[in-house]
Amino acid sequence: MATTVNSEQGSSVNRRGFLNFLLGITGLGWLASILYPVLKYLNPPELPEANISSLKVGKVDDIPYNSGQIIKFGRTPVLLIRDSEGTFKALHGVCTHLDCIVQYKPDKELVWCACHGGSYDTDGNNLSGPPPRPLEKFAVNIRDGELYVAKGEA
Amino acid sequence: MKSIKSSIAFLLAGFLIVAFGDTGLAKDECLNCHQELEDELQTPALKIKNDIHFQKGLTCADCHGGDPTSDDPDISMSRAKGFRGVPSHQTVPQFCARCHSDANFMKTYNPRLPVDQYQKYKTSIHGQKIVKGDEKVANCVSCHSVHEIMPANNPKSSIYPVNLPQTCAKCHADEEYMKEYGIPTDQFSKFSVSVHGKALLEKKDIGAPACNDCHGNHGATPPGIGSISNVCEQCHVVMGELFSKSPHKPAFQEMDLPQCETCHSNHDIIPPNDDMIGVTEQSICMECHAEDEENDGYKVAAQMRMRIDSLRVRYEKAKKLLEEAEEKGMEVSDARFDLKDVYSALVATRSDIHSFSLPVVLETSNSGLELADKTMEKGKQALEEYNFRRLGLGISTLIITLLIIALYMKIKAIEREQKTS
Amino acid sequence: MSNIGTKIYGWLDERYDLTALVEFGKKKTVPIHRESVWYYFGGLSLFLFMVQVMSGVLLLLYYRPGADQAYESVKFIVTNVEFGWLVRAIHSWSANLMIFAAFIHMFSVYFTKAYRKPRELTWITGMIMFFLAMGFGFSGYLLPWNELAFFATKVGTDIVGVVPGIGEFLMKVLRGGDDVTGATLSRFFGFHIALLPAIFSAFLGLHLMLVQKLGMSTPIEYEKADNSNLKTMPFFPNFMLRDALLWLIVLNVLAILAVFFPFGIGPLHWPLGLKADPFAPAPAGIQPEWYFMFMFQTLKMIPGKVLFIEGELLGIFAFGAAGLAWTLVPFWDKKSARGEKNKLINILGIAAIAFIILMTAIGWL
Repeated sequence: MATTVNSEQGSSVNRRGFLNFLLGITGLGWLASILYPVLKYLNPPELPEANISSLKVGKVDDIPYNSGQIIKFGRTPVLLIRDSEGTFKALHGVCTHLDCIVQYKPDKELVWCACHGGSYDTDGNNLSGPPPRPLEKFAVNIRDGELYVAKGEA
Repeated sequence: MKSIKSSIAFLLAGFLIVAFGDTGLAKDECLNCHQELEDELQTPALKIKNDIHFQKGLTCADCHGGDPTSDDPDISMSRAKGFRGVPSHQTVPQFCARCHSDANFMKTYNPRLPVDQYQKYKTSIHGQKIVKGDEKVANCVSCHSVHEIMPANNPKSSIYPVNLPQTCAKCHADEEYMKEYGIPTDQFSKFSVSVHGKALLEKKDIGAPACNDCHGNHGATPPGIGSISNVCEQCHVVMGELFSKSPHKPAFQEMDLPQCETCHSNHDIIPPNDDMIGVTEQSICMECHAEDEENDGYKVAAQMRMRIDSLRVRYEKAKKLLEEAEEKGMEVSDARFDLKDVYSALVATRSDIHSFSLPVVLETSNSGLELADKTMEKGKQALEEYNFRRLGLGISTLIITLLIIALYMKIKAIEREQKTS
Repeated sequence: MSNIGTKIYGWLDERYDLTALVEFGKKKTVPIHRESVWYYFGGLSLFLFMVQVMSGVLLLLYYRPGADQAYESVKFIVTNVEFGWLVRAIHSWSANLMIFAAFIHMFSVYFTKAYRKPRELTWITGMIMFFLAMGFGFSGYLLPWNELAFFATKVGTDIVGVVPGIGEFLMKVLRGGDDVTGATLSRFFGFHIALLPAIFSAFLGLHLMLVQKLGMSTPIEYEKADNSNLKTMPFFPNFMLRDALLWLIVLNVLAILAVFFPFGIGPLHWPLGLKADPFAPAPAGIQPEWYFMFMFQTLKMIPGKVLFIEGELLGIFAFGAAGLAWTLVPFWDKKSARGEKNKLINILGIAAIAFIILMTAIGWL
């Protein structure tokens, strides 16, 4: 009799030990499965902030006269132009005809869409070809020699 | 109080009528009289209110002559007072040209308006026929209407771009009317299903060409074979430039083929599609290049089509991948941004076909293909990320389930102990 | 290890008399009966509130208030921040589940008449928290500054303006101007992360304190039965571990919902959509959140004029009066306070539930 009681007690101790072990391990695993995403979340992404209403493009002096470049303004392509007199202009970079990305043609000093040859002047007015509407303008501001593009007309 | 106010108002109204009524409309006896007449003698007096000439202050007498101050028809419409009456069909152009060809006069009203309409008209088929006594060809009023003439930028005008095709079709689509001239009458029905017609008539895009943008208006003639590309090139600049450098230009010239029209037709230009190029049965290339598969033209056509097809297929594949990712709740707007460029490249490749030169097409399509691969990669990554999320969830669910079981057993164990003790 | 634990315990006990607390905890019991299952929903609401606080703090690390940044920053969280999508989805799902749990908690307390003497203030603090939770939902809805939120807020604040006398003023205070603008967003942000949490915490503390002080309520019919016969369960550890078990399950359910439906499902959805544009026409299908639906739908269905009063105004007053009466139920339900059965309360409660379900269903269909 006594021996059976002993073994029962022993197995219940064993069982309790295993249960506590299981609780500890799974508890730790659970903690890890919460901490992992939280820690990942706390680690700031490479792009340190959301693209917002204004975008810093770079130094004014680095941009040559009579040139154009497409910049990513959030998820909108913007064509930044510096005309032959040095004035900056920014236009929505998507052709109003069939949504192609437009480019600046230095030889004609015009904005030009390669898809169907629509052309705009540097203020975005549609000049020739299929575009039905002018290009939307973006504001360009200069602060301390740095160039910023912002939503809305300057 | 009230009666004083109303009597003042009454007096004022009376004064206004006396002061201005007399110097204004009342003086024009033509209108006064014709308003009271019936049918065709009355309509000019009613319609003229909408007429730009009337609105600018011209009176009946300014065109028709006569004396508008007299209410006696014998005096007001006498030759002695310079009454010109109704011009005949043949003399309408000169009738209008009295003023409209006079630059000095016109610039006092609208300096931007050209004054060469009559000159041009004389060069048109209409103008050439009218001097020969043809009573059916169009003169000024056939298109501009009589007594209800509106400027071209007035949407109600018969010559407003959206309305213009209908105006031409009044005669040109009438089989009976056009019978003696031996020209087709299906231009309007063809035009209205064409890419231009749909844009103009359905989408009301007044940037799309109406009849006059290719044929001219006052000097209306069909453009000659040699000048078709010049006309189209006015809008389709790139295609024109590419084509004029292409091997097709001299070849078409030699064969006396019109340039754009050979492939695209004229009035019923359908939106171009990829089947137009290549070596399939529907391809237009095969009309000339079918006979010899060793022929350079045949090979280039096949290759150009292949490039377009592969770019299109990859664009669609990438798009589908991104859509699938989006459906699964993944954010792929960055890749969507790039996809726009792929689309641009596809459209540009289609344009570059007009160079009929393989290297040009290869260059444009290569950049698109590269970008399409990148975009697809991003789409695949998004889907992988989606699977990773599920995997992560699965693992953590497994752990939590084990924890829940353990905790449940712990509770039971504790309660068993409590009972025994 | 346990030595250090004992030392720390001793140090604290010496100063703060922890032993009294432990003794109190040991004595605390939970009655066992057929209605026991409802006891879990208070704790569940608390747990979901804690999830809200934690996920909210995480969102706050990247969120930026302001009409020109809010939408962009939420988009940034969802797309660029690792697991940002998960945090936002958890916050949204947990918000809805919390209100749902609070609804159940409230109705179970109502039907078991647990609000009766001596727990009147526990009920009132609970009701205040319930209204505050709705305020959390309403203010938080606008924060992503997207089209859906913008118009829902416009409609929601419009309703306030109908109240005679102070309505106009209240609406202006809520909106921070005559219209819903960036100023409204700033205000709602302030409400959502500072004002409401501060008030809520105070009432939550009071509520929990009262629960500890008075213990769990036993339904009248069990209370009347021989008290010694009533089975109980120690709160610690039995009930607490069960609470923990439920919380674990709910947390896992939250994770599953967040992964499979990060932007919600059916009428419970919060897609980011387009950025709010005050000049854009209102898109189709503007809906308030589900817990406002029954009120929104009722106001829509009331005729323009009832007798001499404006229909909408009447509706607002009716809801106000009903809410007030509901909150004050411990003070007018004298029968339950005396330990007698009160059928009227049950009938009113069932009518309220039926009304809410019916109106919500009509609103969704």
